[in-house]
Amino acid sequence: MAGTAVHHDQRHDHSDHAHGDHAHKPLTFFQRWFLSTNHKDIGTLYLIFAIIAGIIGGTLSVFMRAELQEPGIQIFHGLAQMVYGFEGDAAIDGGKHMFNVFTTAHALIMIFFMVMPALIGGFANWMVPIMIGAPDMAFPRMNNISFWLIVPAFLLVLLSMFVEGPAGAYGAGGGWTIYPPFSTSGMPGPAMDLAILGLHIAGASSILGAINFITTILNMRAPGMTLHKMPLFAWSVLITAFLLLLSLPVLAGGITMLLTDRNFGTAFFAPEGGGDPILFQHLFWFFGHPEVYILILPGFGIVSHIISTFARKPIFGYLGMAYAMVAIGAVGFIVWAHHMYTVGMSLQTQRYFVFATMVIAVPTGVKIFSWIATMWGGSIRFTTPMVWAIGFIFLFTVGGVTGVQLANAGLDRALHDTYYVVAHFHYVLSLGAVFAIFAAWYYWFPKMSGYMYSEFIGKLHFWVMFVGVNLIFFPQHFLGLAGMPRRYVDYPDAFAGWNMVSSYGSYIAAVGVLIFLFGVAEAFARKRVAGDNPWGAGANTLEWQLSSPPPFHQWEQLPRIK
Amino acid sequence: MRNKAYAVLAALACLLFASSAFADQPVEWQTGLQAAATGIMEEIRWFERYTLWFIVPITLLVLLLLIIVVVKFRESANPVPSRTSHNTLIEVIWTVGPVIILLFLAIPSFQLLTAQLTPPPNPDLTVKATGNQWYWSYEYEVGENPLSFDSLLLKDEDRASLGKEDKAAYPRLLAVDNEVVVPAGKTVRLLVTAADVIHAFAMPAFGVKIDAVPGRLNETWFKADREGLYYGQCSELCGKDHAYMPIAVRVVSQDKYDAWLAAAATNLGEANRALTASIDGAAKTVDVAANAAQ
Repeated sequence: MAGTAVHHDQRHDHSDHAHGDHAHKPLTFFQRWFLSTNHKDIGTLYLIFAIIAGIIGGTLSVFMRAELQEPGIQIFHGLAQMVYGFEGDAAIDGGKHMFNVFTTAHALIMIFFMVMPALIGGFANWMVPIMIGAPDMAFPRMNNISFWLIVPAFLLVLLSMFVEGPAGAYGAGGGWTIYPPFSTSGMPGPAMDLAILGLHIAGASSILGAINFITTILNMRAPGMTLHKMPLFAWSVLITAFLLLLSLPVLAGGITMLLTDRNFGTAFFAPEGGGDPILFQHLFWFFGHPEVYILILPGFGIVSHIISTFARKPIFGYLGMAYAMVAIGAVGFIVWAHHMYTVGMSLQTQRYFVFATMVIAVPTGVKIFSWIATMWGGSIRFTTPMVWAIGFIFLFTVGGVTGVQLANAGLDRALHDTYYVVAHFHYVLSLGAVFAIFAAWYYWFPKMSGYMYSEFIGKLHFWVMFVGVNLIFFPQHFLGLAGMPRRYVDYPDAFAGWNMVSSYGSYIAAVGVLIFLFGVAEAFARKRVAGDNPWGAGANTLEWQLSSPPPFHQWEQLPRIK
Repeated sequence: MRNKAYAVLAALACLLFASSAFADQPVEWQTGLQAAATGIMEEIRWFERYTLWFIVPITLLVLLLLIIVVVKFRESANPVPSRTSHNTLIEVIWTVGPVIILLFLAIPSFQLLTAQLTPPPNPDLTVKATGNQWYWSYEYEVGENPLSFDSLLLKDEDRASLGKEDKAAYPRLLAVDNEVVVPAGKTVRLLVTAADVIHAFAMPAFGVKIDAVPGRLNETWFKADREGLYYGQCSELCGKDHAYMPIAVRVVSQDKYDAWLAAAATNLGEANRALTASIDGAAKTVDVAANAAQ
């Protein structure tokens, strides 16, 4: 991190000689955006994709909250009638299943098609090569393939919502965890196959992306940029890429076995054929737990940069921060069965997973305190990205400490599969990862677009979102403690109060998303020129030494890091 | 003086009677765990509150530090930033500190876990619960002919015939047609499996939650000390009616249990009706008596 100064100042404008250097003909629209091998263009595509997927996935969640606003079934039978053409009582049954389809699709879309594309495909693609002083990703064409695999994957998952799942109903409604036998014999229709194929393709896309990032970061750093001088965002992406590379093949194996169980008469997970449904859960969570760190680690990196930039101080305990992420990534691979405390594991096994899980709290604590220490003694400017980053630190702490509670198998016995878990993982993901995404958006928007966003709209977006998501998820702790199970379309009347609060929160958060979109449109309409480095002296990573937006090809002469 | 004594007596009476007709279910605006009917749940409730003594102060500490930072180190208050980026002592403290806190959490946590997974030897009764799409079936391993029955969500049209018209005691989505009946103060071994997809048997007031997995026989146990009617719900996504397959356990005195079991061997419906009537009828007279005492 220290002293990322550049020797050759080589800002050139997009239009003048960046293309000319290589005697390129100007690219047609189709060539530039469909055949792109440029990491910045591909990053932009990923960001647009993530916004679209996020709107779809978010809309699904608002429908669910609207349904849960009151006890009874209010809207899903109507939705089932409208979308699938069910009539009468069939509409009620169709609606109940449709709710499960919505929970499933919301999770899959938000994880695979919103957070991962935004953080890894979007911001990491854009910024990691620039930050490490590389002209592009190591495998530009593979980068293009990564993006164009995620699009059909998303379409497959969307399509799965409209074809038969269980007999007489539409869509895959097994939750994102797709546990057999509900996802095999319980859902004979092709919906589950389409969803599985969608996951396969999304997984292939991510594995290619991971290989690309690992190769780029390990081989293409500018002269002088040792790993121990590398910006923390690049560190976080490197670790994330390793997690992807090691965990996704396990998911691929698991869901391939699911596919063959469904279609080719194998019995990996079917007890009647000597298989075991619990085997799938082990495979799934061996992927699934590292996956949650995949979602949050890039956010850790981003928040470090933003905090350091706006406090005008170097990162506190840089090496500790980097190796805390390494530790979180490594330990994240050996804690998976804490998602399975109720499946009937032995005492010794549960003891081990309790212990291993609690260990993760230590490096996470190092990160939280180091962020605060970075701000301590600083000279803080409360720009929009900084406000999002500070919000992230607090809300991630709230989600983190409930995670420490849930780590205890004895207590998890009461809370497993209740809304307490829903509240916990939305605090770390919806209020953690998503806040990091918005922080990154406002931080790098001037760099990526060349235009300045409106501080007023950005802060309004933050406050509306902050109030909204806390109203959604804080009362869910109470619902979970009182015993409300998750993935319920209807609930006993005693749970009505907090559910109503939670639903109102989701409408407020939805307004927040509209404010975000308006802010983006406003920034592009007003075209306030941002300048190369709108953030001043604190912003000392390499991207701020380039023009805004950066030239089509950057670092034609490699920067030298002192 | 005398009035006070009466009041205390009445309050005691209320407590006693309340425990004799104790129904555990969630209540409006509830913010904590359900009341405990077993020793294990008592321990879970204790441990939950114990963890709060650590996590709430930690969260408040982070909030406090953030507020200090925001107020004290804003640009207008502190225009020149320091360049500090290392302090070995503090880094050691915030690494070792959490380790010690985790130790404080781990010790009672492991005790609780061990207690949960160490059933008392020789259970008094074994009940097997099987999850189906979308109802539970139960088998009692008693005598020559094991008792078995299905337990489905209570339908509104059946409330009158089953004597379950009181929606406070038999709430929507929690009440069932045939409850599991067990004696109070006895160790019940619970075997749990499923016939089609994975379900989960959950009884919050007992501190019990265990997955019902096809092809597997999971074992857990409970010893309910307080008589009453307890509700739980299926806790593993199992299809469209996942929210509509509640679990209800009625804990009664050994005498009532014996009478119920004997009657259930020939006619389960009649046995349940008689048990329901005797408990709910008694509760009503108790209410009247308690009012009179006041």
